[in-house]
Amino acid sequence: MIQQIDYYAIAPPLILALTAGLVLLLDAFLPRKPHARAVLDGVTLAGVLGALGFVVSQALRDGPAMRTFCVPEGLTGPARAGLGTLAPAGGENTAGGPFGAAAGPPCSFVVDGFTLVFAGLALVAGVIVMLMSMAELSSRDIPVGEWYFLLLCVLVGAVTLPAARDLIMLVVALELVSLPVFALTALRRYDGRGSEAAVKLFLVSVVSTAVMLFGVSLLYGMTGTVYLDRLARTLQASVPWSVEGLGRNQAIFGVGDPGQALAQAAGQTSSLPAHTSSLQIAYDLPPVVSVAVVLVIAGFAFKVAAVPFHAWAADVYQGAPLPVAALLSVISKAAGFAGLILVLVAALHSQIATWAPIIAIIAALTMTAGNLLALRQRNAVRLLAWSSVAQSGYILAPLGVEAPEAVGASIAYLVFYAAMNLGAFTVVMLVSRWSERGELDDYRGLASRSPAAGLALAFFLICLAGLPPGLAGLFAKIVVFREIVDGGGPWLAIVMAINTVVGLYYYVAWAVRVFTPARVASADVPVTRETEIAVTGETGAGTGHGGAVTEAGAEKSSGDPVMREAGAGTGSGGAGTSAGTGGARGGWLPVGVAIALAGIVAVAFSVAPQLVLDLVPALFTASR
Amino acid sequence: MNWLPIVLLGVPLAGAAALIVPSRLDGVARGRLLRVHGLAVSGITFALSVVLAVAFDYGDAARMQFETDMAWIPGLDLRFHLGVDGISLPLVVLTALLTFLCFVYLGWGDAGGPGQLLRPAPGGDRPRALVFTLLVLEVGMIGTFLALDLLLFFVFFEVVLIPMYFVISIWGGRARRAAAIKFILYTLLGSVVLLLGLLLIWAQTGTLDVTALARAHGTGMSRSVQIVAFVAVGIGLAVKTPMWPLHTWLPDAHTEAPTVGSVLLAGVLLKMGTYGFARIAIPVLPDGAAAVAPWLGAFAVVGIIYGALACLAQRDLKRMIAYSSIGHMGFVLLGFATLTPVGVNAALFGNIAHGLITGLLFFIAGAIKERYGTADMPALGGGMLARLPHLGSLLTFTCIASLGLPGLAGFWGEMLALLGAYEPAPGLSRPLFLAFMAVGGIGAVLTAAYFLVMLSRVTHGRPVETVHAPALAGSGPAEEATPSEYGAPLPAGTSGARSIGAGIDTVNSVDTVNSVDAGSSGAGATGSGGGATGPADESDSGGKDGRSRLRAVGSGDGFRDVMRHELAAWTPLIGLILLFGLWPKALLLVTDPVVRTLVGAP
Repeated sequence: MIQQIDYYAIAPPLILALTAGLVLLLDAFLPRKPHARAVLDGVTLAGVLGALGFVVSQALRDGPAMRTFCVPEGLTGPARAGLGTLAPAGGENTAGGPFGAAAGPPCSFVVDGFTLVFAGLALVAGVIVMLMSMAELSSRDIPVGEWYFLLLCVLVGAVTLPAARDLIMLVVALELVSLPVFALTALRRYDGRGSEAAVKLFLVSVVSTAVMLFGVSLLYGMTGTVYLDRLARTLQASVPWSVEGLGRNQAIFGVGDPGQALAQAAGQTSSLPAHTSSLQIAYDLPPVVSVAVVLVIAGFAFKVAAVPFHAWAADVYQGAPLPVAALLSVISKAAGFAGLILVLVAALHSQIATWAPIIAIIAALTMTAGNLLALRQRNAVRLLAWSSVAQSGYILAPLGVEAPEAVGASIAYLVFYAAMNLGAFTVVMLVSRWSERGELDDYRGLASRSPAAGLALAFFLICLAGLPPGLAGLFAKIVVFREIVDGGGPWLAIVMAINTVVGLYYYVAWAVRVFTPARVASADVPVTRETEIAVTGETGAGTGHGGAVTEAGAEKSSGDPVMREAGAGTGSGGAGTSAGTGGARGGWLPVGVAIALAGIVAVAFSVAPQLVLDLVPALFTASR
Repeated sequence: MNWLPIVLLGVPLAGAAALIVPSRLDGVARGRLLRVHGLAVSGITFALSVVLAVAFDYGDAARMQFETDMAWIPGLDLRFHLGVDGISLPLVVLTALLTFLCFVYLGWGDAGGPGQLLRPAPGGDRPRALVFTLLVLEVGMIGTFLALDLLLFFVFFEVVLIPMYFVISIWGGRARRAAAIKFILYTLLGSVVLLLGLLLIWAQTGTLDVTALARAHGTGMSRSVQIVAFVAVGIGLAVKTPMWPLHTWLPDAHTEAPTVGSVLLAGVLLKMGTYGFARIAIPVLPDGAAAVAPWLGAFAVVGIIYGALACLAQRDLKRMIAYSSIGHMGFVLLGFATLTPVGVNAALFGNIAHGLITGLLFFIAGAIKERYGTADMPALGGGMLARLPHLGSLLTFTCIASLGLPGLAGFWGEMLALLGAYEPAPGLSRPLFLAFMAVGGIGAVLTAAYFLVMLSRVTHGRPVETVHAPALAGSGPAEEATPSEYGAPLPAGTSGARSIGAGIDTVNSVDTVNSVDAGSSGAGATGSGGGATGPADESDSGGKDGRSRLRAVGSGDGFRDVMRHELAAWTPLIGLILLFGLWPKALLLVTDPVVRTLVGAP
């Protein structure tokens, strides 16, 4: 049998994969000239943009979801074994669920709203990571061709994953997102931290994959199918035997699901008891299904750095090159969430009573642990690492509500988060050129050194904190809070409320550093009066603990408002990116572009959050 | 769709946005431009608010006027819904007025005075950032009073946080960092709880429209839901107000904020909390309000007594005024707790009166602090009426107004609140509220007590030569006593002066210990040859006193009395205090119709 492949549907990952191959070839055969890198930059960027163009064109297209890699007509039949035999057979009977599988054979690759949001997110984030990479590659000893090849492989995985509708493809895509990252992390030669980070990431990721594969294999063993919609149907069919299960399901799907399939599903579930016999009650969902659910969740929890599998985050983020850290915090995370949402909502929605409380607890623990750990950080990247763990908690929270529509809030938050967090990383990238260490204290006076970058960073941080003027973050939090309050999770709402306040502290403390004048390092810097006094006082006191004098003096002056406003004013003419060439070997323009890009997106999201809410697939947005 | 509320928000926003554009002017010219810019933008905003007040249809004050209703975020049901009625109009005008007066204070004349943070000194106090911050603050404040959508209200409610944080943490006093952090964390915790309450209302009723919700009078929400929602919303608002157990951020923030920050904080930001009660909590959740009102009343009277007692124990002038705010806000909350038209009217009146009076008090306290270099009452030393007659009389006048002398604005709010408590809404326990009334009455007496004690300590008596580094002393350099520098450890080596100071006035030195930061212990230790920390502290402070006293004596009595920019900023407030004191009907006529519809009274 010949499968019909819809090449338009698979165009984005296809382009990315072809570009990846091309880059590798070009790297091998281009002469080692300075312009070679520029060629590779251009080809890679063109590939990513081309894929993005296809995603956009798919999004603009009307009509039903595109499906390809389907099971050929002749081969469709009832699922083979396990619980599947209990299901009232027939391909036409569709189980509902937000992914409302249309009638027809199960397909492995589906391009619908969900797919497009995640693919678009991954590709836009990919563009920004690309821009950051250009700066990274220009200033460090990193093999260019390999870097781009690996980066494109990650993107192939990230674009394929949300389209995957069977477990095998899902796992393969997820591995495609994960594996190249190990190499990317360690690609900086002779860098101990990078190697350590890569090993940590590798071990954690492999273990998580193993755990998840175990869960997946259990699911397959139970149901005899790997296709998510069939899985859903099979599990669903086996639930309503118990009376409360029936009521629950109807309650869940009766809420706000607009799909036509839903009505059918409700009809089906209510008609099911007619088929049943007392014998079948004995088959009511073996506990193995719960085990499988827990294992799958655990596997994904590693990917999104959720508690208790979060410990790797800070070390890996810090050890990896900055573009890779940004990639991990956005693209990898988005892929992890896409997979999690697909499995939980598309395949296991009938088990929502099992997984929602687990996710709720994980979400609460994740946001709390992330925030508390972030409070103590002195290093910018480590702070971002822990804060992104906390943000994972916020993204998970709506999944902990026993209503599948709440997933829309997760997706919306993820999109907001991607813009804000990438923005923060781009500025960190820019600052890394002045200070290798990346301590938070190195950000003092950023606003006067480079007003554009300083303002942008403050804006991204306040967005992440979720306060005006960072309306993007505020609305993201409101969207999540709304689902939680509506879904009746008061304790989760309270935990999240407290966490929001905790998170604010470190974000704002960082943002304030941006505006406080830089430390007074040497005597030739104009010393403010207060510093002078403080220094005199200290010296006079004879406490004389070496550097304590200057430390205390700087500490005093750091809060001193009487400081070089003039400098800030005159410096504001030159954009942050073009100013200063000391130490850097050029190639920083892309970072400036990346900051501008992220900034524009974040501002747009702030002014018109509806943009994001419109992106969220209609199936998810609860109709109120 | 009405342009006026939008322009009212748009002008300060555009004014702030214009400041982001980099300018290439040199320091002095830019300073002048900034002063004009701030004055002009806030002046236009104030003029617009006056237009709003003039065009307002007073015959139909209960109706929402100048309504603007546009979809903003359909996905969240969030509509850009603005409007003005009888209870928001006075607050909008008050906000615009106070902001304008702050800019007048900052930028009037050559702006060379102390406290005029826009002064043209090179490397000055980042004037551009200050103007920007204050304008953004104004957007948030006015927006809060205009918003008629629950989430929009929340958004504007939050907008003020970051600017006020920066105002405190950049231009504030010595302990500004901690005060600012405390302020923002505390209020943010409150607002998150408020958000949960608002979302609960929304989840239950499916609408965010405040007017529709107020019309519905709580239909669609069960009593228990209303109680939960009222508690959540109430806690959020009570943090801002602040209500007694949730007030602890306020004294620090007020004390450390610069003058304009204190004025706006006390004059407007606190009103956002009380306005929320009148606009959202009470009308939207009547059952919840009825159930929680006794508790609200109890906390309110505890706040009144607590505030008064705390005031009696204060020695810092600004801190005392901050605590007095807690007491006054207690009266406002007591008014709300009665749930009667009289009480709610009293609360709204007290709101405005407090904004005017306490705003003026903070202006004057700031002026005193800038002259004397300290706001520590024992250090001020009395005799202000002799030394600075005009400033002393203004302080007296404002304190008298604040303690509620009949004929001045402070009186009506308190009196009517107590009157409302005499006869609370049906359903509320009358004996309980009578008790509240009695306690509140005692609180009013205590209020008078602490203000009079303060006046007797500061304005009366002989002017003693125990004054700190005088900022305005004749030819004294202007940077001598900027708030941020006051209290910075002085160089060692003043041991001669120190011994004199310590000898003459040990009491004084002990007083200042509280306000000497840890750094000075080092300096003190040198002076006294490495003695123990405690005594060293004292002797150092003594030394400082002694030194500055010597200078004060040396330069003669060179304090400048009320200056032009101060007078320009204060006169309108004095006028309004007199106006509303003598003719309270002017305000009550505006609020009363709305209040009657809100509490559902005929």
